[in-house]
Amino acid sequence: MISAGIDCGAKNTKTVILKDGKVIGKGSVLTGFDQEKAVEESLELAIREAGISRDDIGKIFGTGAGKDSVRMADDKVNEIKAMGKGAIFLFPNARTVADVGAEEGRAAKLDENGRPADFAINEKCAAGAGAFIEAMGRALETPLEEMGALALKSDKEIPMNAQCAIFAESEVIGLIHAKTEKQDISKAIHDSMASRIVSMIRRIGVNKDVVMIGGVAYNPGFVAAMKRELKLEKIHIPDDPEYGASLGAAVLAVDG
Amino acid sequence: MAKYPTEPLKCWPKAKELRQQFYRNFSEAKEKGGIRWMGSAWAPDAVVRGLGKDVYSVTGEPYGASCAFDKPLSAKFLSAAENFGFARDLCAYMRNYWGSILCNEYALDKGKFPKADFAWSQHICCSHAKWYQNACELEGGNVPLFCVDVGAGAYPPFEPEMYPHRIRYVADQMMDGIEWMQKVTGREYNDELFLEAVWNDMRLTSKWAEICMLNRATPAPLDEKTIYSLYVFGVLEQSNAEFADFYDELYDEVKDRAARGIAAVANEKARLMTDTQPPWGFLNIYRYMEKWGAVSVGSLYTFGLAGTWLYDEEKHDLIPRAMPDKKPATREEGCMMLADWHLSKPEYQHFYHPEYKTKMMDAIAKNWKCDGVILHYNRGCEGLTVGIAENRLGLLERGNKVMAYEGNMGDEREFDETATINRLSIFLESLGLKIED
Repeated sequence: MISAGIDCGAKNTKTVILKDGKVIGKGSVLTGFDQEKAVEESLELAIREAGISRDDIGKIFGTGAGKDSVRMADDKVNEIKAMGKGAIFLFPNARTVADVGAEEGRAAKLDENGRPADFAINEKCAAGAGAFIEAMGRALETPLEEMGALALKSDKEIPMNAQCAIFAESEVIGLIHAKTEKQDISKAIHDSMASRIVSMIRRIGVNKDVVMIGGVAYNPGFVAAMKRELKLEKIHIPDDPEYGASLGAAVLAVDG
Repeated sequence: MAKYPTEPLKCWPKAKELRQQFYRNFSEAKEKGGIRWMGSAWAPDAVVRGLGKDVYSVTGEPYGASCAFDKPLSAKFLSAAENFGFARDLCAYMRNYWGSILCNEYALDKGKFPKADFAWSQHICCSHAKWYQNACELEGGNVPLFCVDVGAGAYPPFEPEMYPHRIRYVADQMMDGIEWMQKVTGREYNDELFLEAVWNDMRLTSKWAEICMLNRATPAPLDEKTIYSLYVFGVLEQSNAEFADFYDELYDEVKDRAARGIAAVANEKARLMTDTQPPWGFLNIYRYMEKWGAVSVGSLYTFGLAGTWLYDEEKHDLIPRAMPDKKPATREEGCMMLADWHLSKPEYQHFYHPEYKTKMMDAIAKNWKCDGVILHYNRGCEGLTVGIAENRLGLLERGNKVMAYEGNMGDEREFDETATINRLSIFLESLGLKIED
């Protein structure tokens, strides 16, 4: 059976097409204002990559903040369930999964079937999500893609009391005026964000097989900060971390 | 398809009328030659009753909640308080109340905010300590204020003994308060009225606990959204005889519902409990839970704020506190009995240690057969939210499924409805429920 999972996120909409337990197509587009259009476009991209037609897809599941825009979905699943299923599909030993996307950071503790036993989601604040690093990058006049690599150059520890992006930006500006090296500020930003995500993960419990998905998992500075905070040598990150939840939705479409 | 029969509460219209009359009495007090006082819902209002039968109050917390329910009005009041210079992270009830004075607008009938003759309150949290001090100043600076400090320690079994000197500490303040009231009102104090009011306070709060006990039945005869409209009498004025009589009536009706298997939520599949005040402008979240077949059967907040209970450590249960054998006979005895009664309130205990609250919450979860606990990290009330993250951990350790959301009981700017609904969906799904169309 061929299934599709569509994750309509705050910034990007991602689709995964699954055939007999293998990913055969993926597509990602900016969500923008017209979510339904983004859903259609990401599905079309994935279909094209898979080399199939739309009629070949047996079942489609939608997930993500904009899951209601996945009009063609046979069913919708919540983000926690989708990310858990995606994580355990890729790493069967995983019992803790963190999904850090543009606007939201989430963590779940999983049972052996990938079902969430407990979960936590960041509150009404951007300090636990990718948007935070993006905003701080603007303050540092550094492109988002360079922020992580820049942080890796620093070995300084500068505590940032960042409870929200607005206060953090003030702190960053203060550090700029104090002539602090850009790389040290970048590391402080990543440490501060990792600390918030880790505190969320600790709330639900950490095991040694922690999986991280979501677009922020591409950021090496953030991953390094997470490892430090969690005191882990390794965090499992799939090749295409941003597709974690859409993959989970596609797996759930097969199951259910 | 409905699993259980359901029907509306017969005493609902009476509850509505009683509440409206209470607020009307406050605004019309002067037309009747009466006295007005303002103060906390936690204040021992029985003491004021000795001033006469024409003494009317507005208690700040339920008033603040009523303001919050009307979002545009609340926004106006909050903005007025902030423009005056009060910080935005203070108690949301308090800011609504102050805003109401500043706008000179009474939320309940849209008339002018009625000025109180005096303020009678108590110090349970730091907000309560300053609330009426500022309110008196905002009302012109010539409104006298008396506050009873109730920081006398936790009640047994949390602490081994409620030592007599602790009760005396609170009772003596009530005695002083009576002298003070006579002075500021020029009225002679009537001990008979006071002693009757003490009895009514006990009658009402004990009966409310008995009503909550009936909600152990499956299906639950009451849902928490309805409970919010009923527990309010225990916070409007505990010593009000009419309210106590109403609870007797309500008890009979709820008992009958439980016996006949009348459900508050016809499709009850899972039972939940909550904690602290809800975001009053968004009570629709309770209706949303019902779509999943989930009914919130109560909370330590609704059970314990209007009800008097004792925690039984051995049984790990909350037991409605039994009425004393006899009525108080003297002013001093009345004050001592009232102080002892109030100090045993469950909602007072967590101020001394979060573990006390965790025990009581877990007792509710177990004995009211709850499948999950929903915690409101309420930014609007530091008093009732203090220690709540500890409660979460404690409840998890005791095997409960717990969900937390952030919000504010009286300031809608701090509540994200979409995110909370999403979070609720995830939690309810994790309890094995499915939304019904």
